[in-house]
Amino acid sequence: MIEERFDAIVVGAGMAGNAAALTMAKHGMKVLQLERGEYSGSKNVQGAILYADMLQKLVPDFRDHAPLERHLVEQRFWIMDDRSHVGLHYRSEDFNEELPNRYTVIRAQFDKWLSSKVREAGATVLCETTVTELVENGFGKIIGVRTDRRDGEIGADVVVLAEGVNGLLGTRAKLRERPKPNKVALAVKEMHFLPRETIEARFNLRGDEGVVIEAAGTISRGMTGMGFVYANKECISLGIGCLVADFQRTAEAPYRLLDRFKRHPSLAPLIDGSEVKEYSAHLIPEGGYKEIPRLYGDGWVVVGDAAQLNNAIHREGSNLAMTSGRIAAEAICQLKSRGVPMTAKYLALYKKTLDRSFVIKDLKKYKDMPRLMHTNSQNFFLTYPQLVSKAMQNYVRVDGTPKAEKEKLTMRSFVNARSWTGLLGDAFRIARAWR
Amino acid sequence: MNAESSVRVEEKLFYNRYLVDVGHPHIKVRAHMKPSPQLLALLKACPARCYELNDKGQVEVTVDGCMECGTCRIIGEPSGDIEWSYPRGGYGVLFKFG
Repeated sequence: MIEERFDAIVVGAGMAGNAAALTMAKHGMKVLQLERGEYSGSKNVQGAILYADMLQKLVPDFRDHAPLERHLVEQRFWIMDDRSHVGLHYRSEDFNEELPNRYTVIRAQFDKWLSSKVREAGATVLCETTVTELVENGFGKIIGVRTDRRDGEIGADVVVLAEGVNGLLGTRAKLRERPKPNKVALAVKEMHFLPRETIEARFNLRGDEGVVIEAAGTISRGMTGMGFVYANKECISLGIGCLVADFQRTAEAPYRLLDRFKRHPSLAPLIDGSEVKEYSAHLIPEGGYKEIPRLYGDGWVVVGDAAQLNNAIHREGSNLAMTSGRIAAEAICQLKSRGVPMTAKYLALYKKTLDRSFVIKDLKKYKDMPRLMHTNSQNFFLTYPQLVSKAMQNYVRVDGTPKAEKEKLTMRSFVNARSWTGLLGDAFRIARAWR
Repeated sequence: MNAESSVRVEEKLFYNRYLVDVGHPHIKVRAHMKPSPQLLALLKACPARCYELNDKGQVEVTVDGCMECGTCRIIGEPSGDIEWSYPRGGYGVLFKFG
């Protein structure tokens, strides 16, 4: 029986765990961080986009050291049918700023770097260690963890659960429920390597400029889902994700979906001749505000993906993870300096602060979107994309048909597919869920 | 499920690094005569195609190529069809890029 005590144990070394461990270590707390991977980052998967504002709060000079790929100057939204895409592109020279706002990153490399900051701040980081169980004192208070590495328990005043979307500890200890199939998406992703100049030419980029493509439509075969393409320095991250419940219902294989996405005529030329170096898969919390579990209790808090803190509409997750990890850690540091116990009564400060941040405010704003997208997936991801594509083709193809007749044709195709009440209802439902 | 799709997934998994914990699979399928709809769904939903039907029509899992995404846990654990744990520390998939 090894009896070792820490002020705090952080389970997991993703964005939320690293933010929490770093913040507490900087405040001089005795922190142990446990990670099951070979190194911090080796089990982590993301697109990935990094949001500077939230990282700056943790590592103010990160731009001088962090392994960043490209700063984003352009965002492309594609509505796709099988042979076309309708795009909304936003590109601005304003994003070529001294302190860029968003970057593409490669998570395994980025997380390794962020973990070095955690160590430098004085935390003990123990990798290749799977936490198997939370230790409870018999009165419902979490007092430590058990791992597969050594016998006995490791004690702490508080355990920060940053165990990710598929975290087992919290559900095993009945602190929260296992995510339901209609509240999580499965995303599959590949890393496609190409020479730097090729990527810059194909995506219209200079130097370290970067671009993101987010795509929805018939690529998800009527399921609630999206595809993405991110330009890194010498590789392209691309992938597609859909709700697990939809995969279950349709029996579509995720890798076949990914292959179809890659073969789409709008996408294939971008990755032509590339060398694939990795294939990965990960779950994404999609339930939004209504699926947020209890965030704290006696001797524990939960942060990041494990707490379902992901904004599916804006594709933001890592910033919510970092922010929740930091806010939880700051609350813990405050309690420690006040000398009060790490009980639910005092740890409520974490939720109170989080509620006032963009994290909960944004999730609350879109609380009805996940359900709307799921219950109307056929319309939003199949019917409308097809109609929009047809309308655009009708608009641009010059074939001697008078324009008034063309417009009538387009209008009729929408009404035939969705009816007037359907169209107005969809518009109303989106507006209501969005506001 | 055709031969083409199976070949492609195996090829994809070759890109990845794994440290297989021989003799300690982190996922177990409950013994069954006839597979439940949840188990059958895993044949298609698993992105690493770890689940396959044996010649008796039962669902079997081989975790060597598992990417630890947890999709099968979400689908199959509530009904008790599968048992899901994380691999022991250091074992399993080792992402280079993630």
